[in-house]
Amino acid sequence: MVVDQLTSTEADRIFHALADATRRDILVQTGPGSEQSVSALARRYPISVTAVQKHVGVLQDAGLVTKARRGREQIVRIDTQALHTARLLLDQLEGLWRARMAQFGQVLGEQTKGDL
Amino acid sequence: MGGVIDVQKDLAGRTLVVVSEFEAPAEHVWELWRDPRKLERWWGPPGYPATFTTYELEPGGAVAYYMTGPEGQRYHGWWTVTAVDAPTGISFLDGFANEDGSRNDDLPTTEGRVEITPRADGGSRMTITSVYPTTEAMQQVLDMGMEQGITMAIGQMDGLLAELA
Repeated sequence: MVVDQLTSTEADRIFHALADATRRDILVQTGPGSEQSVSALARRYPISVTAVQKHVGVLQDAGLVTKARRGREQIVRIDTQALHTARLLLDQLEGLWRARMAQFGQVLGEQTKGDL
Repeated sequence: MGGVIDVQKDLAGRTLVVVSEFEAPAEHVWELWRDPRKLERWWGPPGYPATFTTYELEPGGAVAYYMTGPEGQRYHGWWTVTAVDAPTGISFLDGFANEDGSRNDDLPTTEGRVEITPRADGGSRMTITSVYPTTEAMQQVLDMGMEQGITMAIGQMDGLLAELA
């Protein structure tokens, strides 16, 4: 995956979705191998089923979770690929800073007391 | 010498914190920010040395610089210094400039904060916090980096993604 494939709008949706504590917890609860129904999520938080549906909707719009109907239940599952995409930007910025810090250490090492 | 000991990423807050430790005392580390001739030896990526043409290290101070690529192309940038606490800290806004060196206010700015603290053993720790106001800002910084050929190897990213899966 190349970061150019992520448009600003898509990325903004991801960061908006991640900016809320309940939505972040929903992501934790629906992590790989631990899917949750909407009603189970609603029991977990002091908010209504409708409010949970709204949060799940925001997460869906950002491509962070998928929702599937199973019998009478709506099952929410994390979509790990989208989270990876969000991380990718920060991972690359980390690479930039690591390159810079390697040079910083080198210049620091060459700096002698006479220079100061 | 020394180097990066910790990196913290806050996805929701679009914040990157890079912590480095050095054997050199805090005053020596500060020199690499205070003296533009030293700053320009490490600010630009490998092969893209920076040249600082204006350097006012004081609150409200203006900083102008450009980086020169292998083909001689120039990439201009500016800072506005927002706080200086010598020899332990500096805060600044970091933005892009046009080819003639004038500020490009259409592009987003990054907020940078540097804290240098002495260690008991005579060494020092430097914490650099970068806050990217929007996704676009992160993308812009990376796009500039990509042009300069300092992107992480794609293979390395793939490995990282595989690890997360």
